[in-house]
Amino acid sequence: MGRYAIKRILSAIPLLIVISFLIFMFIHMIPGDPARQIAGQDATKADVELVREQLGLNDPLLVQYGKYMKGLFTGDLGLSVKNGKTVVQTIIPRLKPTIMLTVCSMIWAVIIGVSLGIVSAVMQGRAFDYIAMLIAISGISLPGFWLGLELIQLFSVGLGWFPTGGLASWRAYVLPSLTEGAGIMAILARFTRSSMLETMREDYVRTARAKGLGEFLVVMRHAFKNSLIEIVTVGGLQVGGLLSGSVMAETVFSIPGVGRLLVDSINFRDYKVVQALLLFFALEYIIINLIVDLLYGVINPKVRYS
Amino acid sequence: MSDIDKNTSVNQFEDAEALPVQKSRRKEFVQKFLKRKTAVISLFFIVLLLLAAVSGSFVAPYDADQADYNSILQGPSSAHIWGTDEFGRDIFSRLLVGTRLSLASALSATIVGTALGIILGLIAGYYGGWIDSLIMRICDILFSFPDILLAIAIVAILGPGITNVIIAVAVFTVPSFARIIRSATISVKESLYVEVARSIGCKNWRILWIHVFPGTIQSVIVNFTMRVGTAILAASSLSFLGFGANVTQPDWGAMLSQGRNYLNTAPHIVLFPGILIFLTVLAFNLLGDGLRDTLDPRMN
Amino acid sequence: MAERLLDVKNLRTEFIREKEWVTAVNDVSFYIDKGEILGLVGESGCGKSVTSLSVMRLLPPKTSKISGGEVLLNGDDILKTDKKGMRKIRGHEISMIFQEPMNSLNPCMRISKQIIEAILLHNDISKEEAHKRAFDVLKLVGIPDPEMTLASYPHQLSGGMCQRVMIAMAMSCEPDLLIADEPTTALDVTIQAQILELMENIKEKRNTGILMITHDLGVVAEMCSRVIVMYAGRIVEEAPVKELFASPKHPYTQGLIESVPILGSNVTSLPSIPGSVPDLAAMPEGCKFAPRCRYAMDVCREREPDLTPVWGAEHRRCRCVLHDTEEKEAKKA
Repeated sequence: MGRYAIKRILSAIPLLIVISFLIFMFIHMIPGDPARQIAGQDATKADVELVREQLGLNDPLLVQYGKYMKGLFTGDLGLSVKNGKTVVQTIIPRLKPTIMLTVCSMIWAVIIGVSLGIVSAVMQGRAFDYIAMLIAISGISLPGFWLGLELIQLFSVGLGWFPTGGLASWRAYVLPSLTEGAGIMAILARFTRSSMLETMREDYVRTARAKGLGEFLVVMRHAFKNSLIEIVTVGGLQVGGLLSGSVMAETVFSIPGVGRLLVDSINFRDYKVVQALLLFFALEYIIINLIVDLLYGVINPKVRYS
Repeated sequence: MSDIDKNTSVNQFEDAEALPVQKSRRKEFVQKFLKRKTAVISLFFIVLLLLAAVSGSFVAPYDADQADYNSILQGPSSAHIWGTDEFGRDIFSRLLVGTRLSLASALSATIVGTALGIILGLIAGYYGGWIDSLIMRICDILFSFPDILLAIAIVAILGPGITNVIIAVAVFTVPSFARIIRSATISVKESLYVEVARSIGCKNWRILWIHVFPGTIQSVIVNFTMRVGTAILAASSLSFLGFGANVTQPDWGAMLSQGRNYLNTAPHIVLFPGILIFLTVLAFNLLGDGLRDTLDPRMN
Repeated sequence: MAERLLDVKNLRTEFIREKEWVTAVNDVSFYIDKGEILGLVGESGCGKSVTSLSVMRLLPPKTSKISGGEVLLNGDDILKTDKKGMRKIRGHEISMIFQEPMNSLNPCMRISKQIIEAILLHNDISKEEAHKRAFDVLKLVGIPDPEMTLASYPHQLSGGMCQRVMIAMAMSCEPDLLIADEPTTALDVTIQAQILELMENIKEKRNTGILMITHDLGVVAEMCSRVIVMYAGRIVEEAPVKELFASPKHPYTQGLIESVPILGSNVTSLPSIPGSVPDLAAMPEGCKFAPRCRYAMDVCREREPDLTPVWGAEHRRCRCVLHDTEEKEAKKA
């Protein structure tokens, strides 16, 4: 297990380095002159020069990269063009709403998704299975932003049960987390079902029944525990993407999170912020993948004791 | 959906000599497929959409850009079955004409991504060595980003517009196909290695072509169908965020984005494009599911 | 005076296949006494596994049904037992071991947990007490270091060890009947011999009745006191072991015995039974073996023969017109 863990962690490092480099190159990959784009069409040459100086674009590439890497470790990610504060100051206050929302979405999506999958597998072919899987496939086909808007229309404007935006009260969490979690719930339901169908066909499940074990325990203690390995892996990947998936929910529900910050920053050409955010999301995704891999190693005894 | 596709594996390979048997297998396939009602309905719906894409401008009751300032923001009525938007343009006509743009962008993005993925997979599997490592590293990097984020990042660099959306979606489609084809190529390469070693270069390619594709064609088709659905969602999401199509163009996502401003007064502007996107993606997903079940040898 | 442990009467089991019911086990009757090993022989698909699963009532509920017959365990018809009652019987009065021991153990659970689970299901004792019993039963099956095995996961054990663990788990609640479905087929020959010897020992020690399901006549010759031969869901012959090998009555049994190679003989080609087992949904009229039988007569194709006692040996049964003829000849004389 130790060797497996070290291998995984070590392989993540070069990936991180390459990605940080690619994100660094981000500004330089933009066609045209980024400085001019920020300064605006009517800017004078002096204005553009000022912006270029601000972005540090006049230094040779290697120096720029050096400063960038140094900045990553010291926490100096530059200044936001839009509001003049440091990038770090801009991002930090927006983290909490995103994380709160993401955790909410994750909790309900995992619980409902996995449960639906298990029950569907046990009741394969029956009405429940059909309906549950129809709901699931609808969940992955729904455009998130449309779901959000229609939910607002129905429950906020129409029935007045929930606010249309912001995160003022617990009620405010309901609609956005429904929107954000729908896709994941659907994917987990489908995947759990197919995984359970396979594990329930295995020989050791037959042995459990032959011992005289009741059906519920056969399903949960034997089949589900084995499926859990796969489900955690797939679920973990999905959950990793939740944070960046918050873009949609935050935009529709006007939540001041990092997802919306990304969109706004792109529109304002606030490149330093965009860079920092992309790096943040990539980092978060890679780290969650790493955690999932390690978790997999812990849950799967074949890896833990090899 | 994309993350599950990453773990697709290839099941079978067929001999070239088995080709005569394939004719009756095609019949069997069609029969099996027709039994799945949801898949058949989805196929029907998609064909309708394709027809709409081709003939939209001719069939539509109104011109897509025809503004009518006397009837702005009207709900569904006998004159405008799906109502009008803020410029008085008929929504049904716009959506019909917009089918071409929305479908074409999703299809072309998926086709480009698939083709590129297949080529990269073949090269990686066939040549092995550092080329293989390089291509796999690139795929890993692409896999390190969730789909939407990658698309947003690419659009952030290249700027808004339909072409860039297509590029972005094509890019995140590449890795899953590359993986499938690569592992299939490697299996075939290893099994034929001795024979292949003796033949000339171009013969190797033909052997790969004959042996790699029959086995992987199933995975590729199923994956492709699902990917088109993903592409439509991604493209419309990008349009919604303002990164995609120009707001004047009749694109489904853009129409929805515009309609947001009038959600309270004219909810139909958001409703109909949304339903259309939903049903289209649903159709592709159901079709993909149906294809996968029909092609799966275990489902008997 | 042997005690009757299991008495199966006219068992009939059907499956759904493409919306039609097909009969996999047709009018099967046999008995097992305490301390006796009954062999159940046949090719793949003849219904032997389905028979055993029917006795245990472990068949998938939606796609199969036991449509007739009785299964008397110590006098009680367990086909009439409710779900709860059946759960008490499984693992406690009847235990079963399967063909692939590595796959039959839960890969995510330690051996101790799996055995203790079985013990606690049927015994109201503490976990510590159950652990001790697990230890003891592992010793019973000849595992050298029970504590280490208990702490292990299945993938850390060899095939032979896994099968020993399976046997231990099956015996942990002291069942009267053990059903062994091809227990040694997936194991090496040397390990096979060890496992068979182990099962013999257990039979001696605990007076357990064993239903030994196998396609391997060698296993039958070594272990069983009586044998039944199945073909196409029916019993075609039943006899004590020695008599079956000395003078097989049914042409199918004859074919099976002939096709076993004998070491040291100079045969250049092995005789095999031509043709293949009929599809359950497309069974021929009359005797099911007739299409492949070298003695087939017209009467064989018209009417399926009944399973009747063999003339001159009433403890043997055979489903073939031929020994009816023998009977007639003998009576004439």
